[in-house]
Formats: sequence, C-alpha cells, structure tokens
Amino acid sequence: MEIDRPLPNPMTPEAKPYWDGLREQKLMLPRCNACGHVFWYPRVACPKCHARDIGWVQSKGRGTLHSFEIGHQSFNKAFKVPVPYVLAMVELAEGPRMLSNLINVEPDPKKLKCDIPVEVVFQKLTDEVTLPLFQPAGR
Amino acid sequence: MPNLRDLSSVACIVGVDESDEMGTLPHKSQLSLHVEAVTNAVRDAGLKMSDVDGIFTAGQHSPATIGEALGITPRYVDGTTVGGCSFIIMVGHAVAALHHGLCDVAVISHGESGRSQVGVSPRRDTAIPGQYEAPYGFGPAPTMFGLITTRHMHQYGTTLEQWAQVAVSTRKWAALNPKALRREPITVDDVLKARPVVWPFTVLNICLVTDAGGAVVLTRADRARDLAKKPVYVRGLGEGTEHVSLTQMKDLTFSEATRISGDKAFRMAGVGPSDFQHIMLYDAFTSGPPIMLESLGIAKRGEGVRFFEEGRSTPGGSLPINTNGGGLSYTHTGMYGIFPIIEAARQLRGECGARQVPNLRTSLVNGMGGMLSAAGTLVLSNER
Repeated sequence: MEIDRPLPNPMTPEAKPYWDGLREQKLMLPRCNACGHVFWYPRVACPKCHARDIGWVQSKGRGTLHSFEIGHQSFNKAFKVPVPYVLAMVELAEGPRMLSNLINVEPDPKKLKCDIPVEVVFQKLTDEVTLPLFQPAGR
Repeated sequence: MPNLRDLSSVACIVGVDESDEMGTLPHKSQLSLHVEAVTNAVRDAGLKMSDVDGIFTAGQHSPATIGEALGITPRYVDGTTVGGCSFIIMVGHAVAALHHGLCDVAVISHGESGRSQVGVSPRRDTAIPGQYEAPYGFGPAPTMFGLITTRHMHQYGTTLEQWAQVAVSTRKWAALNPKALRREPITVDDVLKARPVVWPFTVLNICLVTDAGGAVVLTRADRARDLAKKPVYVRGLGEGTEHVSLTQMKDLTFSEATRISGDKAFRMAGVGPSDFQHIMLYDAFTSGPPIMLESLGIAKRGEGVRFFEEGRSTPGGSLPINTNGGGLSYTHTGMYGIFPIIEAARQLRGECGARQVPNLRTSLVNGMGGMLSAAGTLVLSNER
C-alpha cells in the first residue's frame, strides 16, 4: 500500500517502547513507577511527580473524542489522505490525551460530537511504523 | 521583600512604528523590515539610534543580529521566544532592565517575511510535532486552534455565527485604519460561506499572512517626559506559559497562561478586569479573543463572544477591541505581538483619527504564543 501520510520523524529513544508496542498492535503508554501517573507523551521524567522511574502500561485502546476538526485541505505535502478527513484529539480511558485521526465515519460536523466513545484501530504503514488511529466504539 | 508594585509605571513606551510598508513584500529582507521599523520608532520617540543600548527580539533573529544590522553595540539583550506574544512579554523584561539600569533605552523589534518567506528558515526541535502530530495531518496553527474552538462550542454552545461576529467587528475597525490590508466590509454570512480550511474555520476566521516589521521603544519615566511624544506608562505586566503541545493543555477552553499573565499585570497596576476602556487581543483566529476575555476574567466562561455579537467591541461600542483591525484584517506576519502594543500606544496618545477611542486612559494588551500556550499581558496608561 502506498504510504499516504508523513512517517513519524524523528522516532526518539524515549518513545521506543511505544513504537515497538504498536508494531504488535499494542498501544503502550508511559507510566510513572513512583506515583502511578499514566501520561502522554513519552519522556524520561514524570510530569506529575518528576521521578525518573518510568515504566509502560498497555492501554485498553478505548476513550472519548475530546475534540475534532474536519480538514478540507492537506497541510503537509506528504499527507495524502483524501479530504475531508477528521483530525481528532482522543482522551484515553487511562487519562492522557493524544492527537490522531477518526476514521470509518462520515467527516461531517453535524454527525460528529465531542465525547463520543472511540476505540483504537492500528494502521500499519511500514515494517517499522504502525500508527494508532481511532473509530467510533463498537463498530 | 520585592513588591510587584515597585515596577509599575517606572518605564514608558516612548516610540512606536511599523516598517515603511506592510503586506506582500518579496523585495524586502526580514532584516530590512526590522531596521525600517526600529529607525521609524526611534525617530517617533525623538531619540537617536546611538541612544539605544538594549535590544529585544524574538523569532528568526537573535538580538545580536539586530544590533549589528542597526550599527549599535547593545549592553543588554533578550531573545525570549515563546511565540507571537514574545514582544508583549519583552515589554515586561525591558521595564525590569530599565528599572535596574541594565540599559537606558530599550528597543523591541520585529521583522518577519511571513507571506513572501524571504530568508525564512525554521529552526526548532521536531521531536514532538514530527513524531506525534504530523502523521495525522496536524501542522500549521489552524489545525490546532480548531480543536480548542470545537471543544468550546461543545462545552458552551458557542456557534459558528458567533465566532464570525469577531471577524465582522474587527473588519469594521480595519475600515477606519488606512494601514489595514483588508478594509472592505464583511458580514456573518460572508465568513460562514468563505472557503473552508479546517472546520470550524473558513479562511475568514483565520488571520492574514503578511510581511511587516514593527518596533517599540521604552525608557525610564523620568526621561520619557522630555521626549517627542506623550509617554505611555507601563502600569502592569505579566507573562506565563502552560503547554506547547495541545495534548498537554489542561482545559482546551481556558488558557492558564493567559490567566497567570493577567492576574500579575492587574495586581501590579492595581486595576480590575473591568477597568479598561480599550482592549487589544491577539486574534490569530476568531475564537481567540473571546477565550482570552474569559481567561482574563473579563467575561464569564463561555460568554466572551457576547462582547462581539452585542456590538460592545465595535466602533462606537462601550469596549472597543482590536481597533487596528487586528491580525484578522490589518496585518499578521506570524508573530503578531508587536502590533497590538503599537496600536494601544497610539490610542493612548490620541493619534488614531477616525478610529480614536474617546477619553481613553487605560488600555489592555494581551497576546498568546502558540495555541494559548504562552501569554503576555500589559496594562498601559497615559497617566502615571
């Protein structure tokens, strides 16, 4: 399949367990071993208690559509997903929010609503890169 | 114990101006835009370039580059870059530096070829946007600020028609400013039916993209009184940052950075949120100013847009907002923050002709950096 979007670049060392997990269709999130805080994005210290002891937890891949937009043009020449498409901020059940796309929906603001339940869909782009996209839950 | 109030009104804005031209300027380098704006603003103050000993700038150039281009050797420099509000924040930094004698005449300079991109070279770490945002189509500001806007609509029932009123109000002011780029009247319907870019925004919800420069000159109050123009006192100042990535913003509908910066500025000036007769807000998007009014405590949560739809913000209204025509209709280079300071100073001096706000004493300048990520607030007055 032709790659229709920019590949993540750079893929940083502190995010390796995240990218490794996605290749196995697991959405892994950083979790502070000291205070238990699950956070996004990966970094080497906990943004809540500032401990330097970070582990990983597998997300259930469920959450809500915290906010969204409908793209009517591409803003990056490597992004070739046909317009209109849904740009999404997802709030995962574990707490953190991520940016992604909402797929398998009609990209119509009248038919979308903040806080609807969503679930992860894994999209393999290359042998190295699988992205977490989201769709309405229970499809 | 240090007291914030000690910095109130110790320094004044004494010179302001833009570059010779603004708009689409492929024939001008960014350095030329800086140098034009600074020479114009220093002349406006009745000072000589050799008087300038503090240089403040953000974005594409270091203050060293600006000093070199101007042919001066500053003894105080500041290059704080936290987005478009950096210049507003730098007024605060300049006040502190002037107060302590670290410099005597401070120049805050901006020059950006936002439209023609002459010599523009992005230099920043791409680890977060390149890794976690770009693969989904996120990139320029409209793809981010729309998320803030959609969430506000969800939580407060704000409508596209209400956001459009911000563009309509601002365009009414632009019609009165000969320097504004877009001056023809627009209606709510025009905004709604304009080219869709990223819902909830059509192109008329989004700021212009222009080439321009702007500069602001400050000195201590004792010296300011002997200069060419009526001094504009910096009575209050504040800054703050919360997040950069939108996923890290605690509440998409409320800017913590804006609240922090406003609280500090109001406390220093000894004013409350209802003490202003004129407000300049950073309008990169129509939804920005209402959310800023809410974050500053000037409007209740969800009600900022009423200032626009009820006509309070427009010419003849009770609380004029963005009287230069704003980033939406006057000019927006990319880092717009210098321009609301220039307009507030001109209004406080009474130089604004057809768009002059009558009986003006106290003006508020508030701007954001990034996506409501950073903020700077100034309380400016023509009285000490």
